[in-house]
Amino acid sequence: MQVELGHYLVLAGALFTIGIFGIFLNRKNVIIILMSVELILLAVNINFVAFSAYGNDMFGQIFALFILTVAAAEAAIGLAILVVFFRSKGSINVEDINSMKG
Amino acid sequence: MSSENDFLYILPELTLIIGALVALLIAGFKGKKSVGFVANFGLGLMVLAAIISFFLPAEVVRVFNGLVINDSYSIYMKILTLFGAAATLLMIKNFLQSRKLDQPEFIVLLIFATVGMMFMISANNLLTLYLGIELQSLSLYILAAFNRSSTKATESGLKYFILGALSSGMLLFGMSYIYGFTGSTSFDLIAQNLSENGSSMGVIFGLTLMSAGLMFKISAVPFHMWTPDVYEGAPTPVTAFFATAPKVAAMAMIIRVLYSPFIDISADWQQIVVFVAIASMVLGGFAGIAQNNIKRLMAYSSIAHMGYALVGLAAFSEAGTSVKAVILYMSVYLITTLGVFACILAMKRSGDSFEKISDLAGMWRNHPIIAISLTIFMFSLTGMPPFAGFFAKFYVFSAAVNEGLWLLAVVGVLASVVGAYYYLRIIKVIYFDESKEPFDKMAIELKIVLGFATIFTLIFTFFPSTLLELAQNAAQSLN
Repeated sequence: MQVELGHYLVLAGALFTIGIFGIFLNRKNVIIILMSVELILLAVNINFVAFSAYGNDMFGQIFALFILTVAAAEAAIGLAILVVFFRSKGSINVEDINSMKG
Repeated sequence: MSSENDFLYILPELTLIIGALVALLIAGFKGKKSVGFVANFGLGLMVLAAIISFFLPAEVVRVFNGLVINDSYSIYMKILTLFGAAATLLMIKNFLQSRKLDQPEFIVLLIFATVGMMFMISANNLLTLYLGIELQSLSLYILAAFNRSSTKATESGLKYFILGALSSGMLLFGMSYIYGFTGSTSFDLIAQNLSENGSSMGVIFGLTLMSAGLMFKISAVPFHMWTPDVYEGAPTPVTAFFATAPKVAAMAMIIRVLYSPFIDISADWQQIVVFVAIASMVLGGFAGIAQNNIKRLMAYSSIAHMGYALVGLAAFSEAGTSVKAVILYMSVYLITTLGVFACILAMKRSGDSFEKISDLAGMWRNHPIIAISLTIFMFSLTGMPPFAGFFAKFYVFSAAVNEGLWLLAVVGVLASVVGAYYYLRIIKVIYFDESKEPFDKMAIELKIVLGFATIFTLIFTFFPSTLLELAQNAAQSLN
């Protein structure tokens, strides 16, 4: 079977959807949310690289490199905020992020 | 074009970046005690960057192979953003001590966030746009959680981070589809492709996801969930910053994206903007009623105001009157909000801050001048003539009516009547409720900002043409 552009798009779409559902359905742990965010960004990368390869245009691959870099910075900041939150609250359960409502 | 010339057009950004690095070095060597100096240094940098922006040639120039664009629209919006950032920095620099924010890195992050906003405004490529958004957002996540010992502040930082990362993901997924189906990330080439081939399913899919990511940044409904919690939980100086400069920059970015690459498929995005505008105005109007915390109230107020600004954006017109109305709306919103936050920052008794609306009781007896200013701002936010807010709403709604969008104008006026309830309630508390203890003496920096905002809101009636002409020039350079 020949692997076509459509296959890549379906794969990226599936990963993206899993990521979105991971953020909204997960009731346990904030770390899982961070993993879901990474999954979304990787889905985007697959899209960019696939479009770039099938469209004969280099820019998509450059874009993917930039996304990788920013995703690393984003993960670092997210984990740092999470550590600070854990210190003051003593828990990283999603259900415990509830001191403000209304 | 030679590359030396290219650097001229990002000179304001370069000033801020180099200055921020110098500030970081000072912070590294001198530690905590340099915070006052670094704050003044940052303030100087922002003023300098605004002056440089002002003297940039106001012609349409694309630099760095079309990654960045310079036109009178970007210059106007950059100066407005820098003004907002500088005014907030001026207001908050004496507050950092009492809020456990007294680290020079706070100022450095604030400067980097401002650089991100400036790149958002002058982006002419999806890549520049994305990097600008991320530079701004990553700095803002840290600022929200800067008070590490407070559970509320760290929780607000965490919420902002999670939802912000989700919105970046959606934005990027949309960008990837637009790249794939138009074959380019450059705004000019996307526009060219769309005018030749029209829109396709993939482009509409990408545009929808991208708008979702962009709408998150201005906290428009249904992407507003983070706003009330972040505004309430973050330290008040940070909230004052969130409510002003980033909103203006994000709105400027949305205008650029919708009016530059996607101008030929306006019928496709118009429905999205109309829906988001109506939802924001209605939710912002009703949800604010039940609030007791003034920061939370300002969050719902800002959601509603973004809705009104989007009304102008939805009224797409070739002549640029709609963009002019939105630019004017954002200018007035920025200055009025700065004034309101000057009052909120002044709500201190013997060093402790208060943020309940009921704490304002009896302000009329204790601080008549602040009370009058706050009254003027509340009337202006309601849209009562003769204050500046009335004219901002007038131009936005008349742009909608001119394009036949009666529904938007009617819903907007009704929603602002609902919103009037909570603005007027603040005025009632100030004048008629039983008096509480007086607040501390107001710092001179707060007085400057408060005075400027009050005078602007009052005298805009007499000199509307100056700002209107500037907005008109800026709007025309987009076409």
